[in-house]
Amino acid sequence: MSATQAPAKPAPARAPSRWARALDSDLLYSFRRSPLAVGSATVALILILAAVLAPWIAPQDPTNVANLNLLNSFNPPLPLEGSDWTFPLGTDEQGRDVLSAIMFGSRISLIVGAASVIFAVVVGVAVGLLAGYAGGMVDAFLMRAADVQLTFPSILMALLVDGVVSAELPRNLHATFQIYVLIFAIGISRWPQFARTVRGSTLVERNKDYVMAARLIGLGQVRIMATHILPNVLGPVLVLGTLTLGLAILDEATLSFLGVGLPPTQPSLGTLIRIGDDFLFSGQWWVTIFPGVALVLMVLSINLLGDWLRDALNPRLR
Amino acid sequence: MLAFIVSRILQAIPVLLVIGFVSFAMFAYVGDPVTIMLGQDYTEAQRIALVHQLGLDQPFFVQYAKFIWAALHGNFGMSYRLAQPVAGLIAQRLPATLELVAVATVFSLAIGIPLGVYTGIYRNAKLARLGMALSLIGVSLPTFLIGILLILFFSVLLGWLPSFGRGDTVRIGTWWTTGLLTVSGLRALVLPAITLGLFQLTLIMRLVRAEMLEVLRTDYIKFARARGLSNHAVYFGHALKNTLVPVITIVGLQIGGIIAFSLVTETVFQWPGMGLLLVQSVAVADIPVMSAYLLLVGVVFVLINLIVDLLYYAVDPRLRVDRATAGAAR
Repeated sequence: MSATQAPAKPAPARAPSRWARALDSDLLYSFRRSPLAVGSATVALILILAAVLAPWIAPQDPTNVANLNLLNSFNPPLPLEGSDWTFPLGTDEQGRDVLSAIMFGSRISLIVGAASVIFAVVVGVAVGLLAGYAGGMVDAFLMRAADVQLTFPSILMALLVDGVVSAELPRNLHATFQIYVLIFAIGISRWPQFARTVRGSTLVERNKDYVMAARLIGLGQVRIMATHILPNVLGPVLVLGTLTLGLAILDEATLSFLGVGLPPTQPSLGTLIRIGDDFLFSGQWWVTIFPGVALVLMVLSINLLGDWLRDALNPRLR
Repeated sequence: MLAFIVSRILQAIPVLLVIGFVSFAMFAYVGDPVTIMLGQDYTEAQRIALVHQLGLDQPFFVQYAKFIWAALHGNFGMSYRLAQPVAGLIAQRLPATLELVAVATVFSLAIGIPLGVYTGIYRNAKLARLGMALSLIGVSLPTFLIGILLILFFSVLLGWLPSFGRGDTVRIGTWWTTGLLTVSGLRALVLPAITLGLFQLTLIMRLVRAEMLEVLRTDYIKFARARGLSNHAVYFGHALKNTLVPVITIVGLQIGGIIAFSLVTETVFQWPGMGLLLVQSVAVADIPVMSAYLLLVGVVFVLINLIVDLLYYAVDPRLRVDRATAGAAR
C-alpha cells in the first residue's frame, strides 16, 4: 500500500484582522524607525499618565489643607541641603509638594488644552465643511470671517474673549466657570485654521464621483457632508489637532500666567509658574522652574509627535 | 495696478468697520458703567442724570456714530480703573511698547538672518544642527518662561541686569519718553528685548535657512559658481538678496505675533507699556481701555496687512505681468 496520503489541504486564507493590519502598517513602521518619535511619545505618555493618575499616585494632595504643614515650607529640591525625601522637588510657601502640584497642574493643563482643541476642531470642521460644500456667498462670508480672525494673534483674541465673558459673569461665579470660559476663549481663537484646512479638502472632494453618486441617489446635503466627505478630510485635521494641542496648552499657560486664567485654587502649570515667580528673587527658584520644565517637556513632546505625524502622513515624502 | 490697490483697500474697509463695531459693542454693552461710576448707593435721579450725561439713552446708531467720531478725534472715554482718559494712558504707554518692539525686531533680524544664512550654507555642520534643535526648543518654550529663565540667570544669579521696569527715561517732545538715552534705560531694555525677540529669531532663522536652501539650488547660482565667482560673492551678492524678500514680508505679518508676545513680556518684566495696561485692564474688566486697545490694534493690523499685500505686489513681478497681459489680450 502506498504510504502516500493526499496532501493536506492548505488552510483557507483569511483576511488579516484590523489589528494585524494596523501592526503591519507603514505608519507604525515609520514610528518604530524614528527614535525621535518613540522618545517623544514615551515622554508624552509618561506625563499624560502622571496627570491622569495624579489623584491616586501623587505623594500629597495639594488641595487638601490638612496635609499642609507650614514647617515644611520652602524645602529645596533633593540634592540641596535642607531637602527631604518626601518632597523630591521641594515645597512652596505653604508646604505644598511641588511634584504633586505639578502632577495635578498638568492634569488641568491637559484637560483645558484637549477640550479647547476639541472645541476648535468641532467648530472649525463644521464651518469648513459648510463653506467648502455650499460655496458661493456662504463660503465667501465664512472664509472672510476666518481670515479676519487670523490677522489677530490668538492670545490676544483669547484674552479679549476671556475679559468680556468674565465681565458679563457675576463675580461669585467666576471661580467655578473660569475653566469653561478659558476653554471657550482658547477654542474660539483657534478654529480658523481648521476651517481653512477642511474647506480646502472639501473643495477637492466635492467634485469627486462618489459625491456625485450620493447626490444622484438623493441623499440629503447634510448627510453627504457628514458621512461621505467628512471621513476623507480628517487626515490633515489630525496633524493640525496635535500641533494645536501643544499651542493650546501654551495659550492656557500664558493666560494663567497673565492672571486671567485659572485661579490658584485650581492651579494649572501656568498658574503655578506665576505663583512661583514671586519667590524667584528670594532664592526659592524651584517653585517656578520645575513647573516650567514640566510644561516645556509636555509641549515639546507633543510638538515633536505632531511634526513626526505630519511627515509620516505626507504622501509626497514617502 | 491701481485696480489692485483699490480692491485691496476696499476689502480692508469692511474689516475695519467690523472691528469698530465689535469694539463699540464691547464698549457699550459689556459691564455697566453706571454701577461702576456711581458705586452701590445711588438714587434713580442720579442714575438718570448719569445716563443722560454719558449719552446712554440715545439710539444705538447715534451712540455708535458718536463713538467712532470721538475715536477719530482721539477720545476713547475714561478708564474705569484709573479714572483717567484712556487716550492719555495710551499715549503714556505707547513709547515704551514701541521702543521694546523696535529693539526686539532689530535684535531678531541682526542675529536671525546671519544664523539662517550660516545654517543654510553649512547644512550639516554640527553647529547648524545644534542651531536647528535649539530653534525647535525655542518654539516650545513659552515666552514668559524664557523671561523668567533670563531673569533667573542674569538678574538673580549674576546680578548684571535689572529685572523690571524701564530705568530712567528722557522726555522728548511733548509726550514721547525714551529709555535709549540713559545707561539704566539701555540696561533695562536688554532682557525684555531678548525675550520678545527670541521667538521672532527662531522664525527668521528657519525661514532664511529654508529660502537659502531653495535659492542655492537654482540655475543662476550654479551658473555663477561655474563662472568662477568666489563663495562670498555667490552667497552675499546673489543668493542673499533673493532670500530677503519673503523674510521682510513675513516679518511684517508677524507684527501681530510680536504685539501678542509683548503682552507677556511686559507682564514678566513689569515693563510699563500698552501690553501691561491691557492685561491689568482685563483682570478688572476695564472695558474702555480694552475696547480702545482692540480698535487701535485692529487698525494697525489691517494697515500692516494692507501694506504687506501691496509690497508683495510691488516686489513680485509675476503678479503685475499677469494683469498686464490680461489687459493687453482683451
